[in-house]
Amino acid sequence: MDLKDKLLSSFMAFEDTVDVNLPVHEVRTEAIKNFEAQGFPTKKMESWKYTSLKGLLKSDLSVFPKKETTLEYKDVKKYFIHEIESYRIVLVDGVYSSQLSETSHDGIDVCLMSAALCKPKYRLIIENYFNKTAEADGLTSLNTAFSKEGAFINIPRGVVVDKPIQIIHFSTGIEPSLMLQPRSLVVAGENSHVQIIERHQSLTANATLTNSVTEIFANKRAIVDYYKIQNDGEAASLIDNTYISQQQNSHVSVHTFSLGGKLTRNNLQFFHKGEHLDSTLKGVTITDRKQHVDHSTLVHHAQPNCESHQDYKGIYADKSTGVFNGRIIVEKEAQKTNGFQQNNNILLDDTATINAKPQLEIFADDVKCSHGCTIGQLDDEAMFYLQARGIPEKEAKALLMFGFANNVLESVKIPQLKQRITKLIAQKLGVDLGFDL
Amino acid sequence: MAYTEEELKKELETKEYEYGFYTDIEADTFPVGLNEDVVRAISKKKNEPEWMTEWRLEAFRVWSEMEEPEWANVKYKKPDFQAISYYSAPKGKPKYDSLDEVDPELLDTFKKLGISLEEQKRLAGVAVDVVMDSVSVATTFKKTLAEKGIIFCSISEAIQEHPELVKKYIGSVVPRKDNFYAALNSAVFSDGSFCYIPKGVRCPMELSTYFRINQAGTGQFERTLVIADEGSYVSYLEGCTAPMRDENQLHAAVVELIALDDAEIKYSTVQNWFPGDKEGKGGVFNFVTKRGLCETNAKISWTQVETGSAVTWKYPSCVLKGDNSIGEFYSIAVTNNWQQADTGTKMIHLGRNTKSTIISKGISAGKSQNSYRGLVQINSRAENARNFSQCDSLLMGNECGAHTFPYIETKNKSAQIEHEATTSKIGEDQIFYCNQRGIDTEKAIALIVNGFSKEVLNKLPMEFAVEAQKLLEISLEGSVG
Repeated sequence: MDLKDKLLSSFMAFEDTVDVNLPVHEVRTEAIKNFEAQGFPTKKMESWKYTSLKGLLKSDLSVFPKKETTLEYKDVKKYFIHEIESYRIVLVDGVYSSQLSETSHDGIDVCLMSAALCKPKYRLIIENYFNKTAEADGLTSLNTAFSKEGAFINIPRGVVVDKPIQIIHFSTGIEPSLMLQPRSLVVAGENSHVQIIERHQSLTANATLTNSVTEIFANKRAIVDYYKIQNDGEAASLIDNTYISQQQNSHVSVHTFSLGGKLTRNNLQFFHKGEHLDSTLKGVTITDRKQHVDHSTLVHHAQPNCESHQDYKGIYADKSTGVFNGRIIVEKEAQKTNGFQQNNNILLDDTATINAKPQLEIFADDVKCSHGCTIGQLDDEAMFYLQARGIPEKEAKALLMFGFANNVLESVKIPQLKQRITKLIAQKLGVDLGFDL
Repeated sequence: MAYTEEELKKELETKEYEYGFYTDIEADTFPVGLNEDVVRAISKKKNEPEWMTEWRLEAFRVWSEMEEPEWANVKYKKPDFQAISYYSAPKGKPKYDSLDEVDPELLDTFKKLGISLEEQKRLAGVAVDVVMDSVSVATTFKKTLAEKGIIFCSISEAIQEHPELVKKYIGSVVPRKDNFYAALNSAVFSDGSFCYIPKGVRCPMELSTYFRINQAGTGQFERTLVIADEGSYVSYLEGCTAPMRDENQLHAAVVELIALDDAEIKYSTVQNWFPGDKEGKGGVFNFVTKRGLCETNAKISWTQVETGSAVTWKYPSCVLKGDNSIGEFYSIAVTNNWQQADTGTKMIHLGRNTKSTIISKGISAGKSQNSYRGLVQINSRAENARNFSQCDSLLMGNECGAHTFPYIETKNKSAQIEHEATTSKIGEDQIFYCNQRGIDTEKAIALIVNGFSKEVLNKLPMEFAVEAQKLLEISLEGSVG
């Protein structure tokens, strides 16, 4: 039985674990039909031209974790940005861990999707926002069908959240291979401000496939900073679907740091629902071995006077593959749009591959849109300069790579997070530069 | 009183296709439809050798199993391939020794097009292999070329007289099963041009061919094969205009260029097929496969000015097989009214130290859609490959669209690739500046568009540059941004 059939047949078993009388269940049944019709994406689809899921889908993935596991905080402390105070939503194998989490209902809601889906007081929010901006493609539909647990963040109007929120998904590797479907929802009310750090982490070398969907709604003048740390183990694969709907004057930025994992696919889509808003998409990707990282972004400019900024840096070594598929659509109504897209790549080995496809689709005339894409190497002269001053080759390379990625690192607004990412990058490059950049 | 935007728009809309006229020459036309017998009949009609007939039939078989591609960013009503006549030749074709013997009506047609043969022969020094409804009717300057050993003739003539060359190279760059339209062309191509430049010869003149679609309901399937032997150089010009028609006409040409070691081919196109009227009715479908192969140190340069056709679908490409080979692509694509263009290039870097440059300028006006689609592929063995791509789009009016779909695939760490694209409109301040200096809006736009396209226009041979500039103005005047 292939994975698709397995998932379809396990939907009945899934129905036993949730309240089927809730209106949200209609959304789920609709979605499973949709998934049945569309199935998993194949390389024949234009947006999946360079990324194949074939290998992953062949492995025998279990769809539900068979038993619950608990983790000790001391064992997993290193995966948190523990230097700062934060709210925490922690899921272990897709199940909420109350012991590791620190949720809140004090003025804001930082809690669980499962709670939000069934508690009457959240009914209105779920009705208004749940699955309202997500695309109905095969993978997202699959997630919607099995949506049960994840993070639920609701910031009322005018609230500036006092500390960042960390969402961490652990997979313990108790099962030999596991498929997870976390579903999260972030609603930022008018004039609110929230910072969120998200991480997927597997704790053993057993395979996992996470098909995550996050919906973010930024109402008028809201500011949302979202950071994704993707530094998972060698056997972990992640399909991360993030859909953002923005109202006027809102600012949403998403930073994605892809360092680990076997196959990582980021679907990041911005939809503009108001004027004068700003979307920022930035990312640093550093890969080696046989890693495969695919960034597929979409900024849909549908309203006038909006801006979008994209900046993706990639460094690919060994037999790794990088994909950048950036798409900007400017509708006829979206006059005075400023859309910028930048994608720079460095290839370190002849066995590494980069496939870039920066697309512009423009239907309005009074716009400023540009994209730039480069592929090159580290500058020989710069390397010589550093080595002539006694910096060993490896460190010199690392320094130049830090310089290359600096534009993106600089815009991280939480200092401790920036430090952590810098350390992770240094670790990835196998260097100790002895100072914080 | 100043020329207002409305007036300009009006004028543009009512601007009829200047070259829309129809030459009444009796033609020898096949009944509509396509099957193996038709392919055989075309081959027989052209008195082709057995191997050529077989080659066509194989192409037909491949084609019958293929499906029409749909990935391009264009929308059109698919042509009914069984409703097209696949052969049409001017009747009773005599062999002319001089231009005086050519049907005066035909000569008149060319005069209207501004391609007066005599004049060109006398002044411009251009040898013209005129293709009218698929069969060559006049070839000039053959003698001068023959002295140098250059072969420049119609492809059917080449099949008769130089079968070894044709056999060796036809389908070597664009294989029959390359794509739907290439397969169709391989099966039914009626005529086209053939050019061979011997070793070390620099072709003394610009070679040029004018294609015309004339007979109602006949598709045009041209086949061009240019071979530049080691160390040779040739500049080849191709231009076309078509008379006004109500139904859509299909044009599926195949152009193959082969540049052997140290050779250089410069291929320039001015394309001005009938684009359809202002309601988007009629117009030519231009589905063309153009590809060149570069051996060591060879260079192929494509320059194109695309102003016509209702639907354009064309990607002149370079396969940089040899070390140190160079590929260039310079393009201006102008779309107006309901035109759709999906055009660009492919640069396949296989050899070491290969270089490619892509400059693409897209101008969209009216309700048109203009797409750049390009591929830059660096193979893992292509050390020190270098590519520079620039795609600029200019939008006029808010009902048109400009799109960019670049594909960049790199498998070698020493590759250096730059790609940049911009989209903008003509600045009001620029127009204002010109107006202030007494240049009316229409002239100002022509000026700005010419400046925008200068990098590409500069690459055209003199004879074409003038015509191209004129075309740009005709296609665009009045489309105030």
